[in-house]
Amino acid sequence: MELQQRSLTSRNLLVPIGSVVLALLVGSIFILVVGENPLYAYRVLLVESFGSINNIAGTLQRSTPLIFTGLGVAFAFRCGLFNIGAEGQLYVGGMVAAIIGVSFGNLPGLIHLPIAVFAGMLAGGLWAAIPGILKAKLGVHEVINTIMMNFVAYYLTDFLVTGPFHGGRWAPETDRVFPTAVLERILPPSRLNTGIFLAIVALVVVYIVLWKTKTGYEIRAVGLNPSAAEYGGISVARNMVLAMVISGAVASLAGVEQVLGVHGRFIQRFSPDLGFIGIAVALLGKNHPVGVFFAAVLFGALRTGGAAMDRLTDVPRELVVIIQAMIIMFVAADELIRRLVPRRRKA
Amino acid sequence: MWWEYVVYFVNATVLAAALRMATPLIFASMGGILSERSGIINIGLEGMMLTGAFMGMLVTFYTANPWVGLIGALLSGGVVGLVHAVATVRYKVDQVVSGTAINIFAGGFTVFMLRTVFDVAGTSPAVERIPTVAVPLLRRIPFIGDILGHQNPVVYLALILVVAVHLFLFHTVWGLRLRAVGEHPRAADTVGINVFRARYLAVIASGALAGLGGAYLSIAHLSRFGDGMTAGRGFIALAAMIFGKWTPFGALGASILFGFADAVQMRLQEVGIPRHFVLMLPYILTMVALAGFIGRATPPKSIGKPYEKE
Repeated sequence: MELQQRSLTSRNLLVPIGSVVLALLVGSIFILVVGENPLYAYRVLLVESFGSINNIAGTLQRSTPLIFTGLGVAFAFRCGLFNIGAEGQLYVGGMVAAIIGVSFGNLPGLIHLPIAVFAGMLAGGLWAAIPGILKAKLGVHEVINTIMMNFVAYYLTDFLVTGPFHGGRWAPETDRVFPTAVLERILPPSRLNTGIFLAIVALVVVYIVLWKTKTGYEIRAVGLNPSAAEYGGISVARNMVLAMVISGAVASLAGVEQVLGVHGRFIQRFSPDLGFIGIAVALLGKNHPVGVFFAAVLFGALRTGGAAMDRLTDVPRELVVIIQAMIIMFVAADELIRRLVPRRRKA
Repeated sequence: MWWEYVVYFVNATVLAAALRMATPLIFASMGGILSERSGIINIGLEGMMLTGAFMGMLVTFYTANPWVGLIGALLSGGVVGLVHAVATVRYKVDQVVSGTAINIFAGGFTVFMLRTVFDVAGTSPAVERIPTVAVPLLRRIPFIGDILGHQNPVVYLALILVVAVHLFLFHTVWGLRLRAVGEHPRAADTVGINVFRARYLAVIASGALAGLGGAYLSIAHLSRFGDGMTAGRGFIALAAMIFGKWTPFGALGASILFGFADAVQMRLQEVGIPRHFVLMLPYILTMVALAGFIGRATPPKSIGKPYEKE
């Protein structure tokens, strides 16, 4: 019994780990193309992302927004919903946090920061509620609507950041938020900030909500089998909307963290596809908070190490984008991975 | 008074520009229709366009012939389509996940290659482009001649493609089979249609057409490739396909409407309507159409579901 349990767990880890290994192998072909040694390039990547306290801080800083987007996407997945809208949600959340941050200069930090964070979450949650409601009430596929709402969010924030909330400088960005609304830096010179604690809290809260509350039970029931859930007296529509709201609220914290912790202001189109990489994080982390954490750290390390690799070798940093795309594809093609790794014979 | 306003926004110059803006959307939305009619969601259109835009430029750079570049874009888009097909048909990867992976991949791959081949960031060197042509007779017709008479050959190609896809889908046995596969694969299989082959071909064609749409940007409309130059047009094409209810002429109309919004945004900004709200319109209209407020848009029935033989 115990053995069976353990082998089951190792099989569960097989696909994520196999996918990462396979993606790195494909990546090494690209490294060879530019005439570098893959082993050397990957060594640089590893050392520069984990080799010193400062490097680890940099990795964690890049992991922080990915924890939020990955967790948000994973939450929706648990309810059977595909939230491709994390990118738009984080822009809306970040923008609202910035607006609160540049207003109300006379509030004490103890009040200003929580309001900015909460308002950003609320905005992201409401933004995600729209596709949730359209799915629950009219049966419209949430994938298309979340994609469409990404673009609405881009143009809306483009408008706000170049129009009403354009800062004093020429660049398309808001003014700096007041110090009372800033997520403080920890471990400078890295830009790691207290947002990482918020991310840990979010991981724990999502775990508790999903597995220790009635709401979480209902959401997962809807995700596993909506008709059975409905038959069992669970409102599918209500839980779908709720799952989208929570998903959007969590994902939007990525934007809040970038604005209040990293840049100190809203910068037009600041996100390097954080919302889309969040999909990769959720898939690789098997939609579980613990998995999401490790997947986010991996992707954060790839970003940090990739930038260093760009500086120190001839390999462009876009290699890590290619690797990330490969990981998504391979994780989803679990049949392929299982085929490549021969099943261990039963002893 | 108001008449002058209308003429300022709707005239031959703006409509000709709208058609130019619509061209990449027409190609990609035709690709989207083929793929989705076969039952495979293709949100990877954006990545396929971007790949086509890059490869079109690259092949033109080496051959100095943009027509060869166009073929290069067609083939490279087809290869990306093949990847989507293998993933979704053979390995039953979630179709949305595969499309997302393709979009991310294309964004990384094109910049990676741009930096590796040309050692530049941002923009490729200038290459030959397909020059615009003046069509004899047509260009002499008042108004219509001003819109249609002096365009890029690739624009005409797009318009011909719409008719071709329409005829294929609704007036050939192959088109009928393709639609059957997308609506009811089990039944199609029972009467001897090879579901897998139909889906493979449709998705490869989808990528090839999206690739052409991307190449229009880099070697016909402009004469160079820039990072992320498709700028979401693959998603607007997706919107045009939905807004056009998965029909070629519907998607053509939607593409021209969205192209018009794109062409007229600067003029609207001049009279005080923020252009960002104009740019939002395609996406909002699509959501409204999907919700059923202006004639419900219903996707093919078996869309998104992998087919398994019994």
